[in-house]
Amino acid sequence: MLGEGIIKGMTETARNFLGSYVSKHRLVTVQYPEERLPPKEAARQFPFLVYDGDDWRKGLRCVACQICEKECPPQCIYIRKSKDKKPDYLGKAQLYPAVFDIDYSVCMSCQICVEVCPFDAIKMDTEYELSTDNRFEGLLVHVDQLAKSNEYYRRIHPVEAAETDGRLAGQKARAEAKTKADAEAKVKAAATLNSAAPTPTP
Amino acid sequence: MAAEGELLEVAMGPQHPSTHGVFRMDVVLDGERVVKLKPVFGYLHRNHEKIAESTTYLGSMPYTDRLDYFCSLTNNWAYALAVEKLAGLQVPERAEYIRVITAELTRLQNHCCLIGFLLQDMGALGTPLMYAFREREKILDLFEALTGARMMCNYMRFGGCRVDLPEGWVQEAKQVADEFPRFLDEFERLLRENEILMARTQGIGTLPKELAVNAGVTGPMLRASGVNYDIRKVDRYGIYDRFDLKVPLGDHGDVFDRYMIRVLEMRESVKILQRALNDLPPGPIIDPKAKLRGFRPKPGEAYGRIEAPKGELGFYLISGGSPNPYRYRVRPPSLINLTILEDMCLGQLVADAVIILGSVDIVLGEVDR
Repeated sequence: MLGEGIIKGMTETARNFLGSYVSKHRLVTVQYPEERLPPKEAARQFPFLVYDGDDWRKGLRCVACQICEKECPPQCIYIRKSKDKKPDYLGKAQLYPAVFDIDYSVCMSCQICVEVCPFDAIKMDTEYELSTDNRFEGLLVHVDQLAKSNEYYRRIHPVEAAETDGRLAGQKARAEAKTKADAEAKVKAAATLNSAAPTPTP
Repeated sequence: MAAEGELLEVAMGPQHPSTHGVFRMDVVLDGERVVKLKPVFGYLHRNHEKIAESTTYLGSMPYTDRLDYFCSLTNNWAYALAVEKLAGLQVPERAEYIRVITAELTRLQNHCCLIGFLLQDMGALGTPLMYAFREREKILDLFEALTGARMMCNYMRFGGCRVDLPEGWVQEAKQVADEFPRFLDEFERLLRENEILMARTQGIGTLPKELAVNAGVTGPMLRASGVNYDIRKVDRYGIYDRFDLKVPLGDHGDVFDRYMIRVLEMRESVKILQRALNDLPPGPIIDPKAKLRGFRPKPGEAYGRIEAPKGELGFYLISGGSPNPYRYRVRPPSLINLTILEDMCLGQLVADAVIILGSVDIVLGEVDR
């Protein structure tokens, strides 16, 4: 019969329409500004810089090695090294970024800067409501806006942050063990030197 | 107003909702019949190939996402395959499985979108497209949980994948794969027997077998014309030799066949997906020899191709031993499938030209690159 197929299709539409009142499966729309979906662990938007402790000026992990600047495909990172050095989380004197700018209007959220960073200093943020009325300075973010605490990082990516913390703690423990071993070796060497020294050579 | 017997030239596009992006069809009409059609593209040209020759191998991986932005994971795979051939990297077992899973999910969501858009072009405004998008959303959620992005995934790396599957992902993916056939049944009940749909699509835009082969058409379009050619079966790249893959074939090569081929392919994809999710082995996900920084393959050339949802997607690379390729070339399925558009549209109504274009399944990001 002509029109049978159309009627069959219409019953399907009706089933979806009525089903949307009872079944969650058929009503999936989220009323965005009022309702929000829970964020995903792996979600990524734009990069930020991680710092340890309370003061970003002291605790910034970035040592201005400029690897991310070189590897960034759209070239949206600009770094200028500092003239002086300051101790990093291992206590080693390192450079720090005097200028660290990321142009969010150019960034394409590819995460390559995060992957190549050997210091776990740059990570991906999940903040997505970044609209601004100034399209030039508004999206060119500087180091003071980019620096975010490790606690914030733990909050937005719990699994990933735990892994990073473990790795950094391991590095720190190894570095401390090494300095301790070095110190002991020095003491020992000095002792042997001392014990060797008094042997009289007539 | 054209007088009797006079021809009318119409520029459809570049801003026309039926052209799926910035694409122009210069059609010459005799009444309502198309007598000449000239596809004009290049409005979305972004210099992808030249940019890739000046960035590192890794640096062009995120740009491949933006070729065919519906199927970023298959684009990643094709590019990674070419580079792996060039550098001689071995992909671990688990990574191969993850690649198959993500590629089949990509195929599902691409075909889902396509049939939705095709039906919208025919005048079924909204309803089928919204149902298709509802299902696509679940797959995009899986992509977001795995790769961090819904569309621009940038997930594959040379010699494996970037991150391992998060906890509980496999269960979620299994659930999506198991529920998908139910949606397909619903979708077929919705429109398969619809008389208007049949009248609009059957016998329209016929592409004969010989012409399809000669024009280099690949993918679902070629199979709708009845040619048994699927690179998953021909090349058996990755681990596709382990899956029992059935290739659906059409026999008329009209718009209806192209529509149905996609529905049937989705059913096959679901089977592959379920098998792969069940067999997923543990293990490493990246070749330990693979380097992220300072990657310089030795001089040589390689062509990697896969069966992307739209057809044969190939990457041709020449390495000069430097950190960036000497030559980088993409073989986009959309562009090559589009070259045959005039032959399919000649003699058809201008309203049918719109659905013929829709059934080709183009993404302008890939056509213009």
